[in-house]
Amino acid sequence: MKLRSWVLIFIACNLLTFSTISAFRLSRSQPTERISGHAGDVLDDNPVGRLKVFVYELPSKYNKKILQKDPRCLTHMFAAEIYMQRFLLSSPVRTLNPEEADWFYVPVYTTCDLTPNGLPLPFKSPRMMRSAIQLIASNWPYWNRTEGADHFFVVPHDFGACFHYQEEKAIGRGILPLLQRATLVQTFGQRNHVCLKQGSITVPPYAPPQKMQSHLIPGKTPRSIFVYFRGLFYDVGNDPEGGYYARGARAAVWENFKDNPLFDISTEHPTTYYEDMQRAIFCLCPLGWAPWSPRLVEAVIFGCIPVIIADDIVLPFADAIPWEDIGVFVDEKDVPYLDTILTSIPPEVILRKQRLLANPSMKQAMLFPQPAQPGDAFHQVLNGLARKLPHDRSVYLRPGEKLLNWTAGPVADLKPW
Amino acid sequence: MKLSALHQSYLNRRRSPLDSSVDASSKSFLAVFWLVLHCLCCLISLLLGFRFSRLVFFFLVSTPSSSNLYSPPFRPDLPPPRIDLTPSNATTAEAKTSSSRVVVGRHGILIRPWPHPDPVEVMKAHRIIERVQREQKAVFGAGAKGSRTVIAVTPTYVRTFQALHLNGVMHSLMLVPYDVVWIVVEAGGVSNETASIVGKSGVRVIHVGFDQRMPNTWEDRGKVEVLMRLRALRVVKEEKLDGVVMFADDSNMHSMEFFDEIQNVKWFGAVSVGILAHSGNAEEMVMSMDKRREMEEEESSSLSSLPVQGPACNATDKLIGWHVFNTLPYAGKSAVYIDDVAAVLPQKLEWCGFVLNSRILWDEAESKPEWVKEFGLLNENEGVESPLSLLNDPSMVEPLGSCGRQVLLWWLRVEARADSKFPPGWVIDPPLEITVAAKRTPWPDVPPEPPTKKKDQMSLSQGNNNVVVIPKHQQQQQQRSSKVRKPKRRSKRNKHEAKPTDTATQVSSSTKHHQERN
Repeated sequence: MKLRSWVLIFIACNLLTFSTISAFRLSRSQPTERISGHAGDVLDDNPVGRLKVFVYELPSKYNKKILQKDPRCLTHMFAAEIYMQRFLLSSPVRTLNPEEADWFYVPVYTTCDLTPNGLPLPFKSPRMMRSAIQLIASNWPYWNRTEGADHFFVVPHDFGACFHYQEEKAIGRGILPLLQRATLVQTFGQRNHVCLKQGSITVPPYAPPQKMQSHLIPGKTPRSIFVYFRGLFYDVGNDPEGGYYARGARAAVWENFKDNPLFDISTEHPTTYYEDMQRAIFCLCPLGWAPWSPRLVEAVIFGCIPVIIADDIVLPFADAIPWEDIGVFVDEKDVPYLDTILTSIPPEVILRKQRLLANPSMKQAMLFPQPAQPGDAFHQVLNGLARKLPHDRSVYLRPGEKLLNWTAGPVADLKPW
Repeated sequence: MKLSALHQSYLNRRRSPLDSSVDASSKSFLAVFWLVLHCLCCLISLLLGFRFSRLVFFFLVSTPSSSNLYSPPFRPDLPPPRIDLTPSNATTAEAKTSSSRVVVGRHGILIRPWPHPDPVEVMKAHRIIERVQREQKAVFGAGAKGSRTVIAVTPTYVRTFQALHLNGVMHSLMLVPYDVVWIVVEAGGVSNETASIVGKSGVRVIHVGFDQRMPNTWEDRGKVEVLMRLRALRVVKEEKLDGVVMFADDSNMHSMEFFDEIQNVKWFGAVSVGILAHSGNAEEMVMSMDKRREMEEEESSSLSSLPVQGPACNATDKLIGWHVFNTLPYAGKSAVYIDDVAAVLPQKLEWCGFVLNSRILWDEAESKPEWVKEFGLLNENEGVESPLSLLNDPSMVEPLGSCGRQVLLWWLRVEARADSKFPPGWVIDPPLEITVAAKRTPWPDVPPEPPTKKKDQMSLSQGNNNVVVIPKHQQQQQQRSSKVRKPKRRSKRNKHEAKPTDTATQVSSSTKHHQERN
């Protein structure tokens, strides 16, 4: 009894010293600051050696053939699913022996059925996913062993595995029943939402790294724009009355600040978009039809403090990156007072946020470069998966136990793909 | 399309009352009432341009909010909220889930009552921007490389063109992103004239007087300027100023990259200077250029034919010699007196092409290299021609500006006539007695000149004021009519001719000179 209490005191002392050490490391160092997540400096963790991933060999109709049909999938903001597979195929965490694998990856490109405009149609995605899962369930025993609890899928679409672009319909459908136990790597994240399940890993949307690198301007160019935003405020095509798109938040930004000289906001598509972001102090990242946006990635890369206007949003790698310290969160109901909010931030806080943004590991974590580099988004995904290890005992099903309902969901989804 | 849906819903609502058999009359009255209401709503919506029925529902159903914002969120399509009725014994945060405060459906667009910028906030934002930019400068700009003070040495004296030259140097120094100490040495003692010009600079100025007066020949002037510069270097030594000493002659022009480049000097550096040997005589310039081309074809000159003075390097960027301005084409035709109309030639090696670390001049020889002479023991009377006299070993000079390939400043000497006068401080006090209006004034009160036999004189000054640059063939005409040209309208002008003609002749003669010097 006495020994246990002494051990507890010893552990408590250690924790104290560790916390003070991390606080010391956060002291000012020009021009960047180290990012300390809730679990320590996890952005720099190396996943190699901490987990093993087995990549299923699916017939090419699930991946390669789709990509051949439409190569635009490589450059749009949902390209993470394609690059994830390419990265895993050549990564040292990949194992060819499924018996020793901790995680299983199913490479199916569900977001590659594009309209002529370039927007993905999610109508066939549930069937495609279902068909892929049926394939792996019948050819390998690993799915049935755990009913998918040690499998992960990349679903970068608007509302993740709900497979619809309209929020009401997505909520109505819910996450695909077959994916109930799997880990989902998705861009969508909103607290208390049907389409974000417990244990998902939120990733940033894909932004082309070379294109952004080529538009960098010298760091001494003075930041003279206070608030910057380029994009739609009203979606006249889909929401002519207004009020549905972005829950009215973007329209509120326009109506309140269209004549404010501090706010450089418009719907133009300038060729100097990236350069302008580097000359701005704050970049608005409001929600659109879905709460996430590639603007967050662009703002981080270009050192512009992101102003996130999306209630209850879950940002990428939220367990590793302290977004509260880096960005400014504004409730949608506070949008009319955005200028008051932003001008009342003390300059020291703004400078600290800029220093945190200047941290190269922060920028690296938002990108999907090819070939993969240490600390990039791929590695953060693997870090996230590694943090979920070792698997709980309940992951492995007892023989004969069945938890998934293979006939759940809308009837149209049950049709073979 | 949406209107038809509403229509449908109304129709459905209408149909069910009709179908019931109980009290058909009241039901039909209700139906008619709904139909009439529906038509009214349709017409109003058509007028307004949007479906206002939802607003009506909102006003009827929801409680009026106390905030100033109109159209707060309205939830017609509320999906069943996720209310998790977990028992209260859940202690960890994850088990406690609350209903989402974000609802799907139509929200109002929140607009505050006066959606315009607030000046106080605009000022706050500008202060933030200023602070951010200051930080940027500290991180990326001048502070990044370790900025050293620039000590500028300028010999000057009061003359007509002093304001022109000194303002040029002053503006360049004001733009330098580093600290500047400006040592202005003035021949003939400290004067208010110079002090008033340099006082506006905003940089730290050390205004030193030099007892000698500036002589009238270029050669002597060069010698006096050397003495003045040495006087300034003595000031640097006495005040123990720390930084990079550069020689900003008051008629030179410096590029901003020059100041960035000289920050890299360790002890003694040399840059390339563009020599603009301006002669003022257009024909002579053309001739000299032709002659130079001939010379270039005849011989391979070891002297470079470019108007540049500076360090010469070999392929491995090591200093091997000096590029010196080729003075041969100007042999015998260079200016001797300061206001001569001829090419003003530079010395062999101009001081402005050299920069030095101010510690070379200090007394204590702690870290001074051995190839530097002790400045305190320098004898000025021995004839110090160029800054290389300060060194024991001139080969230790560092070539700057990618080994002299970049010309970072320009040397030019232009001065006015010896007898040219200018108003002290460039303030005309007392005001000129006769002000002659320009020929074409916008004010209509002066009637236009009737055409007289003085037509030829009018054509001379058309469109300009009294001082014009007149082409050569009209020069004689101008000389003849100069006295008559200006005072045209008032006949009693001739009585006052004594005074204005002085200025007039002065002005016109200087125009003659201007024209020649062009």
